[in-house]
Amino acid sequence: MSRRAVITGVGAVSPLGVGADVLIDRWSAGECGIADGLGRCDDFDAVELLDRKLARRSDRFTQMALVAADEAIAQAGWGGGAPLAVERIGCVIGTGIGGIGTIEDQHDVLRDRGPDKVTPLGIPLLMANAAAGAVAMRHGLKGQCFGTVSACAAGAHAIGTGLRMVQYGDADAAVIGGTESALTALADAAFAAMGATSPTGISRPFDARRDGFVMGEGAGVLVIEEEEAARERGATILGRLSGYGATADAHHITAPEPSGEGAVRAMRAALADAGRSAADVDYVNAHGTSTPLNDRAESAALATVLGDRAGQVPVSSTKSAIGHLLGAAGAVEAVATTLALARRVAPPTVGWEQREEGLDLDYVPDLGRRLPSNGRPPVAISNSFGFGGHNAVLCLEAT
Amino acid sequence: MATATRDQVAKRVEDALVEFGADRDAISDEATFETLDIDSLDLVELAQIVEDDYGVALTTKDLEGIDTVGKAIDLVVERVA
Repeated sequence: MSRRAVITGVGAVSPLGVGADVLIDRWSAGECGIADGLGRCDDFDAVELLDRKLARRSDRFTQMALVAADEAIAQAGWGGGAPLAVERIGCVIGTGIGGIGTIEDQHDVLRDRGPDKVTPLGIPLLMANAAAGAVAMRHGLKGQCFGTVSACAAGAHAIGTGLRMVQYGDADAAVIGGTESALTALADAAFAAMGATSPTGISRPFDARRDGFVMGEGAGVLVIEEEEAARERGATILGRLSGYGATADAHHITAPEPSGEGAVRAMRAALADAGRSAADVDYVNAHGTSTPLNDRAESAALATVLGDRAGQVPVSSTKSAIGHLLGAAGAVEAVATTLALARRVAPPTVGWEQREEGLDLDYVPDLGRRLPSNGRPPVAISNSFGFGGHNAVLCLEAT
Repeated sequence: MATATRDQVAKRVEDALVEFGADRDAISDEATFETLDIDSLDLVELAQIVEDDYGVALTTKDLEGIDTVGKAIDLVVERVA
């Protein structure tokens, strides 16, 4: 049997607050962290949570990854140093864009004050792999380390890549996740220009009134460990990362393939990797962006995968509570799904009220609900799809 | 070109180093940049600040061998004079 990975730590920074528990507590209570059409992390103070030097040497997307990683690593019980060889610990942190805030700021400096005034910290601040490198440095992780870049699937790709390292034997543990802080004038204008973001500033995935996504910021990080070693050291096990599947639409640079064929293949691949079938799925953490096209194509794909059980399996979108965290989305949603399964709940699609013809799934309105007990720990899939036609799906299980 | 006393330059350098993350209590003329955890990227930023405040352009070559706070202050004072 191939090596399996268990989740021993989770951490999150999201518009619902700093911390993984506050994310699942508030989302499960039907709360929404979006204000004035944006999912800002207003509670996040990098100087307080890190220190002055690290904060000023990190773009906000890296700062958020560092804070989420600190939480996950502390929860895994690695606070006093990792309980295994650091050369055997991987670190993969995805992002959609990287340090776009730094790029915009330093472009202002270049234009207004000249090239000699551009900060020497510019490149280490803006590079998309900065978060992965910074997390590895802070915790002395010396296995494979890099970023993944696949727009809104980057976090899920990072997590899947870390799972492969552990399954294959390239690593015995991995610190994996995604991060994004792109609430800037340029990103805002560019997403709006393509008609992707909501003009009303409301994130309501799968609702007939949805009109685009609401941009948010944040980070999610998980610590996974090879199961036997984790059990041997007596680690507290939060859940299992059991499968990963990734495909491409090869259809259009931003629009999803309408039937969701690429998404279907990714979901089936993740379930097969986990040794599961669609009949085992108890909960779906949807990509559910609140754009007209995604939510229709994803619903079609889920109807195909779930077959007769479509309409019975609860499907909800974390983006209803925090907006779309782009490259962080898949990671924050994996953290939320891990905790939802551990608590045996399906959190709600906050604000879902009006059904659209053809979107026939159970989108979990109101306050969510408990997952029914069926004699075994519940199983979920978490979907992430990115501009570029990237599909990445994770299979997560309670223990 | 601006003029500045050694005390004025020392204060400006100290403030910059604190902004970069150094512990103010650990800063002295004898303190090395290594012990203050100030690296080559910080020194380039320090050179930019010096140029802004005193109109003195310091190159990477000028900064070679400048390994203590006191040597950095002396270099700036010498160029400003």
